[in-house]
Amino acid sequence: MLKNRIIPCLDVKNGRVVKGINFVDLKDAGDPVEQAKIYSDGGADEICFLDITASNENRDTIYDVVEKTSKKCFVPLTVGGGIRSVNDINKLLNCGADKVSINTAAVQNSEIVVESSKKFGSQCIVVAIDAKKNGNKWEVFTHGGRNNTGIDTLEFAKKMEESGAGELLVTSMDRDGTQVGYDIDLMSKISSKVNIPIIASGGVGNLDHLVDGIVKGKANAVLAASIFHYGKYSVKEAKQYLNSKKIPVRL
Amino acid sequence: MNIAIVDYKSGNISSVINSFKEVAQNKVRVEVTSDLKKIKSSDKVVLPGQGSFKSCVDALNKIDGLTETLNEFAVTNKKPLLGICVGLQMFADIGYEETETKGLGWISGKVSKIDNQNGKFKLPHIGWNQINIVKESKIFKDIKNNSHMYFVHSYEFIPGDKNVISATTDYSSNIVCSVEKENIFGTQFHPEKSDKLGLQIIKNFINL
Repeated sequence: MLKNRIIPCLDVKNGRVVKGINFVDLKDAGDPVEQAKIYSDGGADEICFLDITASNENRDTIYDVVEKTSKKCFVPLTVGGGIRSVNDINKLLNCGADKVSINTAAVQNSEIVVESSKKFGSQCIVVAIDAKKNGNKWEVFTHGGRNNTGIDTLEFAKKMEESGAGELLVTSMDRDGTQVGYDIDLMSKISSKVNIPIIASGGVGNLDHLVDGIVKGKANAVLAASIFHYGKYSVKEAKQYLNSKKIPVRL
Repeated sequence: MNIAIVDYKSGNISSVINSFKEVAQNKVRVEVTSDLKKIKSSDKVVLPGQGSFKSCVDALNKIDGLTETLNEFAVTNKKPLLGICVGLQMFADIGYEETETKGLGWISGKVSKIDNQNGKFKLPHIGWNQINIVKESKIFKDIKNNSHMYFVHSYEFIPGDKNVISATTDYSSNIVCSVEKENIFGTQFHPEKSDKLGLQIIKNFINL
């Protein structure tokens, strides 16, 4: 039976791990290579790096981090943040990333998803969607949550599936950093809308939130940063808890 | 011993390279190459593959003499070869991804899309799934039945002769996830991304 995946995410800035609270107020907390290794040894099903300031600053540090990490971690590694071109994707894959997650560039021009999924295969193309609720719909945001595009999230999700995305990483902007739980309504609506796997992100504060993301949100994988990164729970504890709730996980 | 990982521009193979180098350390030479002479003279060959069946077959055919060299290595000389993901799928006679495409024809059978049962099963089949070992295979030494491996694919290999199947996995139906036919080995899952157990499979192949 296919297991639900637990994916710890490390926000990386200038080669160092940070985790933003609602995308601001950053705290420095460690070396990404060592952190990733701790996670993979602890049973993480995948590792995700998000290069948070990549859109504005020099990106070269992330290539070095990816290259070092991929020589130590033998679980899938996804890297996102600041990817603007097929060439950026090529460079990250060559450094040892297994998947890339594309956010702003995919919204601005869906051709990057079409082209890169043809060139490298859908299996390595994740589209990251930052969504914020407005009335009774969710709108897609870009540039690390700074720009509202007004685009309807559900329609955009479908379009990305059709463009060749292999997975969708859905982040609720309203919940990110709040630790009050995933936006279940958003996750389940997107999961029902598309036939590709959904990774839920944004808002995890405790282990029941992970359960809810999978059971109620119908997510195939759950991503979290703070609860793992600041040692509130280990990945192993999270998996044992999910297992105790009869959710299939790899133990 | 020399192991050649065939570099035929089939997508991202850095994880395959990293994992083989990790297991080989300095005892075994791991070469990443499309040089026919180097492939011929190596002791073992790894055939990775990402993207579509068609794109991988096209990429193989783009390198003059590569298919013939691989045929000679695996079929005529019967030296050990490991196909991973689409690398395994290409063993088939024919594949139906994008368009009907002829495979290497080493193990008779076809590659078709996984039946998602009207959307009940999401595709690609991504993540950790358990393998059901149905016959003893040299690459499964010290691997317990029902171990988890990492998968990412939408198409499955359906061999004509069921005796080549060494393991299956349950997703929509019993999907063939590992084959062994004499010197030819293949895994649909990614041992290079399957943590310690995956590295054990790579070790088993190196130690053949």
